[in-house]
Amino acid sequence: MIDLRALNPYFGIQTSDSKIPAIRGMESLLFLLLAATSVFAALMVILQKNPLSAVLFLVLVFFCLAALFVLLAAPFIAAIQLIIYVGAIMVLFLFVLMLLNVKRGEEGGFSLLKAAGIIVPGLLLVVTAALLRSVAIPADSGFARSAPSGLGSVENVGRNLFTVYLLPFEIAGFLLLAGIIGAIALAKKKL
Amino acid sequence: MVVSLNHYLILSAFLFCIGVAGVLTRRNAIIIFASIELMMNAANLAFVAFARHWGDVGGQIFVLFVIAVAAAEVAVGLAIIVALFRHKETVNIDRVNILKW
Repeated sequence: MIDLRALNPYFGIQTSDSKIPAIRGMESLLFLLLAATSVFAALMVILQKNPLSAVLFLVLVFFCLAALFVLLAAPFIAAIQLIIYVGAIMVLFLFVLMLLNVKRGEEGGFSLLKAAGIIVPGLLLVVTAALLRSVAIPADSGFARSAPSGLGSVENVGRNLFTVYLLPFEIAGFLLLAGIIGAIALAKKKL
Repeated sequence: MVVSLNHYLILSAFLFCIGVAGVLTRRNAIIIFASIELMMNAANLAFVAFARHWGDVGGQIFVLFVIAVAAAEVAVGLAIIVALFRHKETVNIDRVNILKW
């Protein structure tokens, strides 16, 4: 058993906001609402026959996750999630869907692979749940402490991104360049 | 109930498993891509929850990198799907198995 509290050098520092019961209750309520909505929407993504509505449900999942990021003291990541995922990636999805005019009803019937596709994630979930139970993260105490002020602020994220994580940042930019070139090369008339 | 790291990790595991189920059961290439995006977002949620737990901004920065990788992946993947549709007139991956045998 690993006690994560022993590893956390900041444990015990609590600021006032998380002590107020009303804010805590509000946070729990919001979390439950957003979690239920996101799981429902995620299920609809894989159950919908129509790919268009599946993609729109995926947008709903992304909105819920952005709201959860705000709850987790990451407002900048939430904004990036909305701007890049919803604003760019999902629009690209919808654009391709509209372009292709995919016929419906192309799903096959029941097959061995489909049965495996339901059993394997179920087992994965069980294993993950067992793993989470075996690690002694203090379960009912909430997060070990309040977020340090300005944890997910633009300033903090930006400073770390351009100092500590500068090399990965440059590599990510190079990867995007490679992605652009690959997409252009694939989109040519003759492959 | 007080929301803790465990709750976020369990939600993340749920979303990830739903994504795995989508990849394995669906045959439409675009929905498979959407399921992969779902899995990446489950990982992002775990990253941000751990960043909040430890009070370290590193997890949030890794989310930025995951988003960059997802953007590159979607650009190339959707280009592949468009090219496939142009050749085969289908996005059903069961009919696109020329590399399989």
